Amino acid sequence: MKPVFMTYTKKDLINLAVCMVLSVLVIPTFITTEYWYTSILIPWLCLALATIGQQIVMGYTGQLALGAAGFMAAGAFAMFNLILRVPDLGFVGSLIVSGLIAAAFGILFGLPSLKVRGIYLMVATLASQFFIIWMIDKFGWFKNYDSSGIITAQDIVILGKPFTTPLAMYFVCLAVTTVLTLLAMNMARGSTGRNWMAVRDMDIAAESMGVSLLRTKVQAFAISAFYCGVAGALFAFCYLKSLEPVAFDIKLSFKILFMCILGGLGTINGAFIGAAFILLFPVLLNAIGNNVFHGAIDATIISSIEQVIFGGLMIIFMIYEPLGMAKLWENIKQKWKTKISSSTNLKSSLGKKT
Amino acid sequence: MTIERKFKIGKPILEVKNISLSFGGVKAITDTSFDVLEHEVRAIIGPNGAGKSSMLNCINGIYKPQQGTVSFKGKEIPNITPNLMAQMGLSRTFQNLALFKRMSVLDNILVGRKLHTKTNFLEVAFQLPKVKKEEKINRERSEEIISFLEIEDIKDTPVGKLPYGLQKKVELGRALATDSSVILLDEPMAGMNVEEKRDMCRFILKVNDELGTTMVLIEHDMGVVMDISDRVVVLDYGKVIGDGTPDEVRSNQKVIDAYLGVEH
Repeated sequence: MKPVFMTYTKKDLINLAVCMVLSVLVIPTFITTEYWYTSILIPWLCLALATIGQQIVMGYTGQLALGAAGFMAAGAFAMFNLILRVPDLGFVGSLIVSGLIAAAFGILFGLPSLKVRGIYLMVATLASQFFIIWMIDKFGWFKNYDSSGIITAQDIVILGKPFTTPLAMYFVCLAVTTVLTLLAMNMARGSTGRNWMAVRDMDIAAESMGVSLLRTKVQAFAISAFYCGVAGALFAFCYLKSLEPVAFDIKLSFKILFMCILGGLGTINGAFIGAAFILLFPVLLNAIGNNVFHGAIDATIISSIEQVIFGGLMIIFMIYEPLGMAKLWENIKQKWKTKISSSTNLKSSLGKKT
Repeated sequence: MTIERKFKIGKPILEVKNISLSFGGVKAITDTSFDVLEHEVRAIIGPNGAGKSSMLNCINGIYKPQQGTVSFKGKEIPNITPNLMAQMGLSRTFQNLALFKRMSVLDNILVGRKLHTKTNFLEVAFQLPKVKKEEKINRERSEEIISFLEIEDIKDTPVGKLPYGLQKKVELGRALATDSSVILLDEPMAGMNVEEKRDMCRFILKVNDELGTTMVLIEHDMGVVMDISDRVVVLDYGKVIGDGTPDEVRSNQKVIDAYLGVEH
């Protein structure tokens, strides 16, 4: 398909328009309960952003990394300290700088990827997870010597206006996510993305074509950590509204990894689908537990069932659709298209006969 | 072969001097020297395990020989890496296909344009005008190569789904996209049927003829090699046993012995 505007095809522009109308007009008009914003939409956007980061390093560049939550923690605490100590930066400025700080960590912890690969790299990148959390816990300066262990996040103020209601925070997350998603799509479809995928698919050939493995891998880690850092800052300031290292433990890293794999490796929209699935699934199970079984099933059992089903789904997807839900969605669309076209063909041919 | 060539064979562009390579105790190449002249089609032949692919890997920097030097474009290159050689204008294909399987044919060939892409990731992310300009040039060049190789109808197919013969063609396309002055082809016709082989020969000669690209190829099929190459070097057990025009090599007793066997 020929691009009509920048690198976007007509289909992309329609998709973008639909998403924008849905998120800017439809959702704010029809969803009025705070619960939806504070517990579903805001964390969904934040985690989808972090999943895009994971996609860049794992789905596109093929480097098994497991430490997204560590970079999120770096971003979140960087944000806290920047607003506290450099108030002149403003919210957006601080957000960008905290992303850059996370990116610096990304470069540092991405360096092992030059020597080790696969499952061994995964273990090596775990270091980022533990090191960053340990560092924040160990040195009181990062928490401004707060003894309680949980710090309240500062209020979001952009250009003198406070963004404190759930709806306002949703719009902040939406704006940041939209901009960063578009940038990620541009990179993924352009020469940058081709270099990433070349390294993923056949690194020796990539090198023989002049793609530097060092630069490409480190670049992917840095950009990935930038996305995770920004996502972490939003996660802390818009969703948790507090900062504690425990919130960014290894479980969150795994969650993001699952979102990435279930959503579909090497796709940007998969990040959103995967994040939505993993966030909404427990909500759905709870609702079934409460409404169908009227609380007859214990909540702890439900959360255990959740883990079992996630595990099962991971295995099923790995076997039958390694490219995840994004691919599944493509296939369904394709099937419908052929169905519709064949039925219209049938109708028109029948029409001709009579 | 009396037709006037557009690009006359010139001075040596690539020289390999006294290369020795061993893996542990196994000697793959022993004290091998030969040269490649500008604009020629040079073949490296030899029985299985003669060290042909190892030789290409040494030239390209994937293997580091224990002894010997490689000179390219008149310069001796001390620390060869695949990346450095690519930047100097040497591209290659691989024996067991090293394509980017999940990417489309067009994207594979576009990766070959990497060294003609100067914009960085931030410029790409923000789609600055110069990115679009560069992308347009690279795409046009890639489309040219695609139509040159007559693979227009599969350009959007993921390479992993293509049959072997077509994949070999795509790999040649990717090497061509670099606009290199020398292309190393590691068994470009292995596993092909007669027709595909004839096609591949035609493309190799066409590239050499129209673009003046120096071709260094490894091949098993003696007939093919003798038809298309200007000069042939024969390796056996990691040593050069014959070097010269196809006719000279054909009448070389050592080569005949290596290929047909000799009574002991």
